[in-house]
Amino acid sequence: MVSFKKPDLDSFQERIHIATLFVTFCFFLLITRLVWLQLVSHGKYALLAESNRFALVPAPANRGLLIDRNGIVIGRNYSALTLDVNAEEVKGNVDQLINDLSEIIDISPRDRRNFKRSLEDSRNMGTFPLRSMLNETETARFMANRYRFPGVEIRARNFREYPYNELASHLIGYIGRVSQKDKERMQAEIEGAKADDPDALQASFLPGIQYVGKIGLEQSYETVLRGVPGYDQVEITAGGKPVRTLSSSPSVPGKNVVLSVDIKLQYLVEQLYGNFRGAFVAIDPETGDVLAFVSKPNFNPNDFVEGIDSVTWKELNDSPQKPLYNRPLKGIYPPGSTYKPFMALAALENKKRTPSQTISDPGYFDFGNHTFRDDKKGGHGIVDMQKSIVESCDTYYYMLARDMGVNMIADFMKPLGFGQITGIDLQGEARGVLPSTEWKKNTFKKPEQQKWYEGETISLGIGQGYNAFTILQLAHAMANVANNGIVMKPHLVKAIEDPFTRNRVLTTPKESYRIDLNADNIEVIKKAMLEVNNSGTSAAAFKGTGYQVGGKTGTAQVFSLNSKEYKHGATAEFLRDHALYIAFAPVEKPTIVIAMVVENAGFGAQYAAPIARKALDFYIEGKWPKEIPEWKRAP
Amino acid sequence: MEKSPLIKVKGLFFGIFAGLDRQLGLILLGLAAVGFFTFLSASQNTPVQIADEFRNLVLSFVMMWLVSRIPPKWLEMSAVWIYGLGVALLIAVAAFGLIKKGARRWLNAGIVIQPSEIMKIAMPLMLAWYFQKREGIQKSWDYGVAAIILAIPVFLIARQPDLGTALLVFAAGMYVIILAGLPWKWILPFVGLGVIGILLIIVFGGTICAHDVVWPFVHDYQKHRICTLLDPTSDPLGKGFHTIQSMIAIGSGGFFGKGWFQGTQAHLEFIPEKHTDFVFAVFSEEFGLLGNLVLLALFFALIKRGLAISASAPNLFTRLLGAAVTLIFFTYAFVNIGMVSGLLPVVGVPLPFISYGGTALVTLGFGAGILMSIHRHRRLVQS
Repeated sequence: MVSFKKPDLDSFQERIHIATLFVTFCFFLLITRLVWLQLVSHGKYALLAESNRFALVPAPANRGLLIDRNGIVIGRNYSALTLDVNAEEVKGNVDQLINDLSEIIDISPRDRRNFKRSLEDSRNMGTFPLRSMLNETETARFMANRYRFPGVEIRARNFREYPYNELASHLIGYIGRVSQKDKERMQAEIEGAKADDPDALQASFLPGIQYVGKIGLEQSYETVLRGVPGYDQVEITAGGKPVRTLSSSPSVPGKNVVLSVDIKLQYLVEQLYGNFRGAFVAIDPETGDVLAFVSKPNFNPNDFVEGIDSVTWKELNDSPQKPLYNRPLKGIYPPGSTYKPFMALAALENKKRTPSQTISDPGYFDFGNHTFRDDKKGGHGIVDMQKSIVESCDTYYYMLARDMGVNMIADFMKPLGFGQITGIDLQGEARGVLPSTEWKKNTFKKPEQQKWYEGETISLGIGQGYNAFTILQLAHAMANVANNGIVMKPHLVKAIEDPFTRNRVLTTPKESYRIDLNADNIEVIKKAMLEVNNSGTSAAAFKGTGYQVGGKTGTAQVFSLNSKEYKHGATAEFLRDHALYIAFAPVEKPTIVIAMVVENAGFGAQYAAPIARKALDFYIEGKWPKEIPEWKRAP
Repeated sequence: MEKSPLIKVKGLFFGIFAGLDRQLGLILLGLAAVGFFTFLSASQNTPVQIADEFRNLVLSFVMMWLVSRIPPKWLEMSAVWIYGLGVALLIAVAAFGLIKKGARRWLNAGIVIQPSEIMKIAMPLMLAWYFQKREGIQKSWDYGVAAIILAIPVFLIARQPDLGTALLVFAAGMYVIILAGLPWKWILPFVGLGVIGILLIIVFGGTICAHDVVWPFVHDYQKHRICTLLDPTSDPLGKGFHTIQSMIAIGSGGFFGKGWFQGTQAHLEFIPEKHTDFVFAVFSEEFGLLGNLVLLALFFALIKRGLAISASAPNLFTRLLGAAVTLIFFTYAFVNIGMVSGLLPVVGVPLPFISYGGTALVTLGFGAGILMSIHRHRRLVQS
């Protein structure tokens, strides 16, 4: 065993010295650390302390109103008391909380689903409505039990509301909560925006934007309607409790959007369609104002505002009626016989026919080894241009199409707007198909498919074959003819209104371009169309009008019947013909044109023309049909 | 000559301070004043009573005064008993202690006590007693005995588990053993290993803190703590939150500080335990680097004075005890400031005389009392 030197005072004091050195070293470490934090990195930490301290509380801007051409508000905001839950406070215990709350307040399974989805979407940050539109009793009951529910409070919130529910849903669209995708898009918009662009979101506070327009006018006029959200700069505690407001940047409310649509007309047409599916577009040819834009069936946009629940969504989405499908904008149909007046005009302009030139119609037309039939057995006899339109003689147009050729037809139809984007102020417009040799070459892959066969030209003359247009395009083309070749861009919105001053700024564009058409030729077509309603296919529907109206019926085949005879009643509903109709009135100086389709209804004269008649009676003479419930302004 | 009544009263008043070390007393008063003023700011909007803090401070000084009257000889005589009682209580804790927050640290004996606290004083007492006993006949196996005396309670405390306290008790014991003359050739290898270990952790922090790396001998939560220290942002809302927020408080204080009652971090509740373990962050934010230098100077002076008292103490027992107690003060201050400023892992150690808390203040008063007693009896006890 080794023995050590007795620890005397000297060795103890030596160790005390070493301890002092150690202590000094440690203090030196601490001081270095503090100098590092408080001098070198002071700037960084000061900044962190500031950002800790402040929170920007968004102040959403009031969304602009949607107003029809006569001042009827069809999209508005209302303030309601809402049961708000702070996501932070209920983490993991949502069901228990909702169960407890439902003892005093009625909470539907749908409310529960929507709330839980908001929670998931938000990654547990922020405050979300669990129930809106609390009534007085519920409010009182909650206030009495408030102590039991920390993190739950009652607040007044602004909600978007479409007071007429389903009415005009496809053109209004709806708003919904901002999605992650929306946020990224808006971020990119802000970064890409020019400083002098008045619509740019430059000064806006992104987190303050909680709702955006998802479809319809709510989408296409989003930047106008939204306004600029403001924010309060608030000092907060670590727990996020606000202590005081330091500054605030007020929100700027969105502007009102004034529609060119006459919502009463829209309502009437939607009622007239009843349970039929279809599309209806009415345009004021002189201005391009869209007066009605109907897609049936429709849906209730109010269901979407706070997030649609999955059951309703599935119902809408899976329905064979396709209520979410914007038919006038996206649905493409062969125009059928409604194409004939345009074909006739093309013939006159291209000098392929004169009005008095006649053909003899045996009831069919042979081309190559194929026979094209007329719908009238035995034929229409001697047919001139007016008769061809009034009686809707197919043979006349088979021959005409053959004589013109596909490209001459296409060249004439293109400026009228067939197969072209009209540029209406809605997103997602379908282009349709205006066939031409070039179109076929570009569309198909195999060389044998790319070749245009002359036989394919024949059925173009009666609006069949490859022809596929939207009802909007049909209405637009009708308007362009009714307006004597002056093309006005169709639009649903005609002015932007300042919410305070009520000053309106017109947004309607001047004419897009002019088609050089001979006034005499147009007169021939208009006269023939007037005769259609006097003595032709739709005369019954237009008996006794107090104004002069031109029109043309059409029946479009949904599928080729292979020369078998078509029997309406015996055909499955979804395979039945579409009934089409176009019209303009009054003939002398048209103020309204109409294009419409009633899907799978049958003959145009029987199912479409009567609807057009009642719409025109109302628009021109103010007559309301007895069978349709009176228009009532929403409270 | 008959003394005037006024001088009599004066004499009586100052009499109670007779023999107390004036330097040490002034330093402690300075620290207590800093603590009290910081407390006023830190406790704003919290339900902790100012009166309580004031009472605790007074209690601490009363304890100091009382202990300073006890001759070191009495402490020496009671060392074994106190140590024995402490170990017995620790065994009792292991057998039927209360479990709170997953740890078995407390004993319900009418009042709830935490026996590991007793060990903080009992350990240096016992070891100083032992080396005093072996003075002059010290053999190398004495260090083995000392190691056993040290290991038993440290093991019991570490098992509770309370690694922070175990380390502090271990440090207190080691101070006595090293000061008693543990050969350098035994110490240096460990110091070297420690330095290398720390350097390795710093250099390879990123790698070894990877999620799937398991450390030998260490609980997951302990690994977590060290890793959070290396990179507080790895867990910004959990353990890292405390460190990040206190670092922000200290850093944003700058050189002059934000001013008394002006600390936004403190007053907006970003600092956890702001009047207890993290009180230094509050002080630092409001008084800046300038205030910190003053505070560190006070602590340094306290340690220098404590060591000086020990160096001039009459026998080995008092020397070892005094120096150990002083170094415990140092350890508390260093570990606390190190942890609050993000230099050391977060362990529950108060800042001496600044942190709120009755037990800690009384214990610290006891320690200061020992130093006072050693100073007061420096000539009376001769070995």
